[in-house]
Amino acid sequence: MKQQSNSHKYSGTIRAFTVVGVLLSVICIMAFGIDAGKHTAAPLNLTVKKDSVASVKAFKQVYTVLMSARCMNCHPSGNIPLQGDDSHLHVMSPRRGVDGKGVYAMKCANCHQATNTPGLHTPPGNPNWHLPPASMKMVFQGKTPRQLAQQLVNPKQNGNKDLKKLIEHADDGLVLAGWNPGEGRTLPPISHAAFKKAWITWLTTGAYAPKDK
Amino acid sequence: MINLNVNQKAYQVDADPNMPLLWVIRDIIGLTGTKYGCGVAQCGACTVHLNGEAVRSCVTRVSRAEGQKVVTIEGLSANNSHPAQVAWNEENVPQCGYCHSGQIMSAAVLLRENPDPSDEDIDAAMAGNICRCGTYLRIRKAIHLAAGLQRKENAS
Repeated sequence: MKQQSNSHKYSGTIRAFTVVGVLLSVICIMAFGIDAGKHTAAPLNLTVKKDSVASVKAFKQVYTVLMSARCMNCHPSGNIPLQGDDSHLHVMSPRRGVDGKGVYAMKCANCHQATNTPGLHTPPGNPNWHLPPASMKMVFQGKTPRQLAQQLVNPKQNGNKDLKKLIEHADDGLVLAGWNPGEGRTLPPISHAAFKKAWITWLTTGAYAPKDK
Repeated sequence: MINLNVNQKAYQVDADPNMPLLWVIRDIIGLTGTKYGCGVAQCGACTVHLNGEAVRSCVTRVSRAEGQKVVTIEGLSANNSHPAQVAWNEENVPQCGYCHSGQIMSAAVLLRENPDPSDEDIDAAMAGNICRCGTYLRIRKAIHLAAGLQRKENAS
């Protein structure tokens, strides 16, 4: 009887361990499952492998694109966008406005259609044509490579973008519009594919800011 | 066929969807108050309201206006009584007059969004409407007058 009650006691303990063990296993499997799901769902390589030399080298290419007229013209230092391959002030002086979409009778979409207007010197188009908003101007014009690199990875200056959003931004509609600028406008110095590769390389090697010379 | 609503009237027009809205308004519907100036959104003579915004109809494809509300100078008011129209008349603003339907349509958007515009607001709003006769100072004066008329109208 005594032996029996002892084995009863042990079997209770074993059962308790088994239940707790099973529960822990389920939790672990679920946790790994969710984690694994996240990783497989993410189409982007978010692994950062720091390499300052590769990073700075990649940013050199990125900088040539961002400072080209197609990108910089909508990232002006003032409140009037720039225009043309020589980045002169936009004729008729349209203003940024609070939301970046212009003011009163001078809103961007009053002239800029969803697609490019055919012909030379006609308004280029995009469904979401705008400047950065007044609250975060994201200025490119006049920035050194170091200043621009630091700005691009600062969420308080880059439109609240983290690494994932920054990488995705390479395929943003307005970014892509730089390579479809309408007749008579020069393309950025490298292809979009080459730019995207350099952009991702820069970010995933540590997003190092080049030293000012 | 493309369905349009111009000055609160429904139209069905047989036009290429890429035809500029300006040609549809002038040549198909027959409202000739809106003028052709440059054809490339540089001058503002062709300004009409599309859902209340001062679009340049020379570069706006008619397909963009399908099912939307278009207002031209002819439909801005029932009897030329919009404060901007009254003020333009009062201040004898036009010289040759060619650009002024566009000027008034732009001024109407400014007055709707800013009932008491400063000179700077007026310059910012009207910078896309060019006048070869150089009536800019009278335009500015008329907009101030129109703002006053509008405020009186709204107060009564």
